[in-house]
Amino acid sequence: MSKGTLRQILLLTDGCSNSGESPVNSAAVAFKSGITVNVIGILDDYQNETDSGFTEVEEIARAGGGISQIVYKEDLSHTVQAVTRQAMSQTLQGFVNKELSNILGKEQSLEEIEPEKRGEVMEMVEDLGETCNLEVLILVDTSASMHDKLLTVQEALIDLSINLHARTGDNIFSIYQFPSKRKNTEVVHEWSPKLESISVIFPKLVTGGVTPTGPAIRDAMYQFGKMELRGSLYYGKKFTEEG
Amino acid sequence: MAKNLQKKDSFFIRQGTVIEGKWNKKKYIVERKIGAGMIGTVYLCRMRQRLVALKISEQSSSMTAEVNVLKSLNKVQDNRLGPFLLDVDDWESDHDQMYSFYVMEYIKGVSIEKFVKQNGYEWIGVFLIQMLEQLEKLHHAGWVFGDLKNDNILIEGTSPIVRFIDVGGTTKIGRSVKEYSEFYDRAYWHLGTREAKPSYDLFAVVMVILAIFYPAKFKRSKDSKRLLLHKLHSISELKLYNQSLQKALLGKYVSAREMKDEIMHVFVKRQLKDKKKHKNSLTYLVEAIYISMLSGIYYVVSQFIF
Repeated sequence: MSKGTLRQILLLTDGCSNSGESPVNSAAVAFKSGITVNVIGILDDYQNETDSGFTEVEEIARAGGGISQIVYKEDLSHTVQAVTRQAMSQTLQGFVNKELSNILGKEQSLEEIEPEKRGEVMEMVEDLGETCNLEVLILVDTSASMHDKLLTVQEALIDLSINLHARTGDNIFSIYQFPSKRKNTEVVHEWSPKLESISVIFPKLVTGGVTPTGPAIRDAMYQFGKMELRGSLYYGKKFTEEG
Repeated sequence: MAKNLQKKDSFFIRQGTVIEGKWNKKKYIVERKIGAGMIGTVYLCRMRQRLVALKISEQSSSMTAEVNVLKSLNKVQDNRLGPFLLDVDDWESDHDQMYSFYVMEYIKGVSIEKFVKQNGYEWIGVFLIQMLEQLEKLHHAGWVFGDLKNDNILIEGTSPIVRFIDVGGTTKIGRSVKEYSEFYDRAYWHLGTREAKPSYDLFAVVMVILAIFYPAKFKRSKDSKRLLLHKLHSISELKLYNQSLQKALLGKYVSAREMKDEIMHVFVKRQLKDKKKHKNSLTYLVEAIYISMLSGIYYVVSQFIF
């Protein structure tokens, strides 16, 4: 089996979108083009999970075929990696389920197989999850209220790159912020296998402005296409480094 | 940690609820909740007259992955690596919600910190050796335990045996560790990767011991290495094993065997020394009596002569 590539957008936000097209809409479009959208909502200490601003978080993830979590700042690190992992496993399982129904000729999911026989299927999913390539575009909300959360976001992202680095498959990350001064989104960190340099970039990020989550997801989606064109460059560089 | 993830998956099943397997038709009566992990909740249940532990979750895939691990561990002979697996099944609740569950032997025991506090710090050496012995076998079977922490360890029985109870983090060697907890995770302390290597578990073993002395735990700093070594060296009860524990923190051991042998060495040496000391004091007493008797006789004899 050839090594596949999973594409994810990881959206980190602390509230509702208030500008441009509906994020639920653009998440659905992204999902259709093969990119899952996962969302982590970051709570302030005085808020709780049922806060109305966070219903959107779940809706975006559902439309984007991904996973959502709402957490307090302290739990962010652990959550970022758990969500990324679970989303990978979910996507892969989707593929495997599709394969199963191709073989068995009907809608067949893991749950409909006898538990004793699920093991082999799950092993396959785990193998795929370990070896597949992963592309994650991290979309960070930098509206005014995110100001005091950015340091935690930075730590969580470094932690994510450490965690995924231990996989056998290749990983490549990029980070975009929204909004920026003039545009809806702006690149913070270009596609790269590691995120170590972000501790230099993050403290310089300017926060403020509205929250154009919908347009940001759409912009993010196009970045995957762009990378494909540059892909040969990136992998070429990597090979010369190794050789 | 990650309380929200837990919140999402840990649901409450009332005492007395009957969980009947969809496939194998076995019935389990819920007694009480005994634990919750990142994925799934563990209930103490009664199956006929027997008490069992039942782990249940909405996430069928994660349950299946854990069952895979348990099956593989159960195959390792003459050993109690992880709990013994009894049943795997699904349950459809009254609310039409489908859950996956698996049933294990119920391990009754106390936490390592409780045991050590009640029975003395000298047990630490024993548990270190036991943990390393089990890890050695686990690694040999191709697994790294991963989420090794005090919550996942029970001390069972009166001739105490260390048991590892939750295999949620158990990962094939060479992959990235599935589940971990910050305090026990060497990547958190900037002292290594999260790749599933034997040395990953050995680091966690040291943290398990440190957690006995720092129940409130502590957080990383800019110089985490110095902080950890300082915390380790400031505990006098660990002086004996200091060198080995430090080596494990710094990832200097390639295998559990290597660390176990070194700890065993100091442990046995100490035991012998203690015995010798004991013996010494006894011979000293005998000698003292002997000498005083001799001098007494000499005194008496000398009285007669002069």
